[in-house]
Amino acid sequence: MTGDAPAHTAPPSRALPGGGESRLHRLVAIVVDKPGVLNRVSSLMRARNFNIDSLAVSRTDREGYSRMTISLHGDDVAVEQATKQLYRLIDVLKVQDVTAEPTVEHELALVKVRVGEGSRADVLKLIELTRGRVLDVSPDSVIAEVSGSEAEVDNFVACVRDFGIKELVRTGAVVMARGSSSIEEAVKR
Amino acid sequence: MTLTKNERARRSHEPAAGTEHAAAVERAQREMLHEGSSSPAVRTAERGVRPRIGADVVCEALLRQGVDVLFSYPGGVILPLYDILGDYPELRHILVRHEQGGAHAADGYARVTGKVGVCVGTSGPGATNLVTGIGTAMLDSIPLVAITGNVPSALIGKDAFQEIDINGITLPMTKHNYLVRDADELPRVIAEAFHIARSGRPGPVHVDITKDALQQETAAVHPSGDEVVAGLPGFRPTLEGNYKQLKLAAAEIAAAERPVILAGHGILHAHAEAELKAFAEKINAPIAWTLLGIGAIDETHPLAYGFMGMHGWKHVNRAIQSADLLVALGMRFDDRVTGNVRTYAPYARIVHVDIDPAEIGKNVAVEVPVVGDAKRVLTTLTPMVEAVPADRRKPYLDQLAEWKRESEGSSWHGSGAWRDGLLSADYVVQRIGELTDHEGVYVADVGQNQMWLARYAGFRHPNTHLSSGGLGTMGYSMPAAMGAALGTDREVWAIAGDGGFQMTLQELMTLVQDDIPVKIAIFDNKKLGMIRQWQEIIYAGNYHSAALRGPDYLKLAEAYGIPATKASTPAEVDDAIRFAQAAKGPALVWFEIAGEQNIFPMMPAGKGLSDLIEEWGDAE
Repeated sequence: MTGDAPAHTAPPSRALPGGGESRLHRLVAIVVDKPGVLNRVSSLMRARNFNIDSLAVSRTDREGYSRMTISLHGDDVAVEQATKQLYRLIDVLKVQDVTAEPTVEHELALVKVRVGEGSRADVLKLIELTRGRVLDVSPDSVIAEVSGSEAEVDNFVACVRDFGIKELVRTGAVVMARGSSSIEEAVKR
Repeated sequence: MTLTKNERARRSHEPAAGTEHAAAVERAQREMLHEGSSSPAVRTAERGVRPRIGADVVCEALLRQGVDVLFSYPGGVILPLYDILGDYPELRHILVRHEQGGAHAADGYARVTGKVGVCVGTSGPGATNLVTGIGTAMLDSIPLVAITGNVPSALIGKDAFQEIDINGITLPMTKHNYLVRDADELPRVIAEAFHIARSGRPGPVHVDITKDALQQETAAVHPSGDEVVAGLPGFRPTLEGNYKQLKLAAAEIAAAERPVILAGHGILHAHAEAELKAFAEKINAPIAWTLLGIGAIDETHPLAYGFMGMHGWKHVNRAIQSADLLVALGMRFDDRVTGNVRTYAPYARIVHVDIDPAEIGKNVAVEVPVVGDAKRVLTTLTPMVEAVPADRRKPYLDQLAEWKRESEGSSWHGSGAWRDGLLSADYVVQRIGELTDHEGVYVADVGQNQMWLARYAGFRHPNTHLSSGGLGTMGYSMPAAMGAALGTDREVWAIAGDGGFQMTLQELMTLVQDDIPVKIAIFDNKKLGMIRQWQEIIYAGNYHSAALRGPDYLKLAEAYGIPATKASTPAEVDDAIRFAQAAKGPALVWFEIAGEQNIFPMMPAGKGLSDLIEEWGDAE
């Protein structure tokens, strides 16, 4: 054995973790419901160089637990690293990447659309076609509530953009795995 | 500035009079202005007779956790703690000269004892001064509990005097942190803080306590260990390695012809030194170590191969680059260890054992991940691997031995003097190691001195080498040595460059006041040596700010009342070291070392382990 390396192999280049193809991931996290937890999660994602696309937080049916749905882009290894970093937080109880699982996904948006005498009927028709609701009407605007998948909400927003959007708010997607499995039940009591 | 009650009442931004909140704010403001306290007067009677307040809970909880020393500095809002501290003589209190020194001292104490170190500071600047020490502990996974006072809870968020959002500041650099506004929570919080700090992958925990909580009367009881664990459902470190993963690891080890074991800090944290030795001996594989893995194996052991990485030995990096298997134990493939990851260990498959799942696959993709405590994993793994007889490894181990002979000779200045006639730093480090029989504790600062110490002192025992490896905190050595000296009977040496020493030299007086027997070796090259080296090699010799003046260290020591001596030639080195050893308390040795000596080999940042620079220009 001479030289620094076995002669029968050429030195391969070691793959960098996180260098793969980036795609949208959905993480569901069950966390302890107390002040500052949201800050811990968002601070960690910032410090570790992950960019959150959307984040939805709410209570769960179990007292003391909150649920977060975190949407972010990244390659599978990078998002796995984000998951593991989240687990380092003492207040994080369970994290699941549900991207590859069958899920139902929903987002809600409120859109304040500019209307005039000529356009009100068209806007109302669009809202009806997308199974949205009108929540407020004023002489020159309406507030529409639409919900559905992110793509469906995107589609509605694109349709009304030409009329003029005065204000837009979206909750960010919330997701739930199909079937009887339950992340809440998976949290050890 | 003292306002009368009427003046305060006229201020329009004050809360409406008569509400509970207004009363609380006014009470808090009166306290801040020292117009007398509305809280129960403490110190009215002996401990156990007078009312038990939040500050008592802190002291009780510290004692329950086995704390015997705390490093601290008083200030306005933490004074309730100092008011009752005298009632707890079991808690030795070291009054440091700067909170950063207190945090490093707690860190040094934790590193030599394996216990949780404790430091205390006040709000605002007291707390921010602790931050560098907390960050140092975070990056090196040191169990630390940092306690700070904060302004009375009703004033939080009002930019009160010495108020800063210290919880927000320490959040990303602690394992966990707390803000306590109610004394009834203190028993649980402090018990949790210690449990989190020392369990799983250790790390610092910060507990911020408002002044009113420290003063509040409470009957809250301390939780049992089980109650603490039950109260932290999100904190369940994995200790045992997964059996299937261990079988895969055993198969990789059986197939390997050129394995290298990489020993990290995790071996020391887990007290797995004996298990590491047994494992290495069974498979006859060499052990390389990281900076913080120094001491995982006695360096005189035949399988102890050497220090890896940017300033590691050439033979060690060469072995890693030609290995067909790396068994990484409790280390995290830091960039100072790997260099360019793409060219790192190109022929090696990797088995990575770490207690923190987030470390696996973070910097380097690995073939066999194992999450667990190094001791438990090795205890299970070693019986699962086939013993490899020495004759099967002979050609490999012979080659490693040859590489080692070559590389150890190439960067060594055995004469003791460098070419400018001043001391060669590697020689001084070697003599300190030898004259202390390698039985001391050696605390590095940061820069060239740190690398010289790592390579040339010769370590025999775990937890005898202390170094700010992750954060690279200059000024670490003397305060950390101070804490270490309180936790060990070994002779403690602080090895500091003249740059690092000047960052925290105020702690000299703490050494004197509390008679802490630290031996300080100043490696004075009148330079920021590593800065100078980088500027020479990477920045075309543009030496901006590399030259550094220092005081007359003998006069400085005299002013502090510390015995001191100076050595400028090889003939003076041994006597100077013996002088310090003979001193009963602290002592200082001023070594005048070569001004332009570089530490080689060196892997330039961004390059790979095969791209080591071994000499430069005509400097060597």
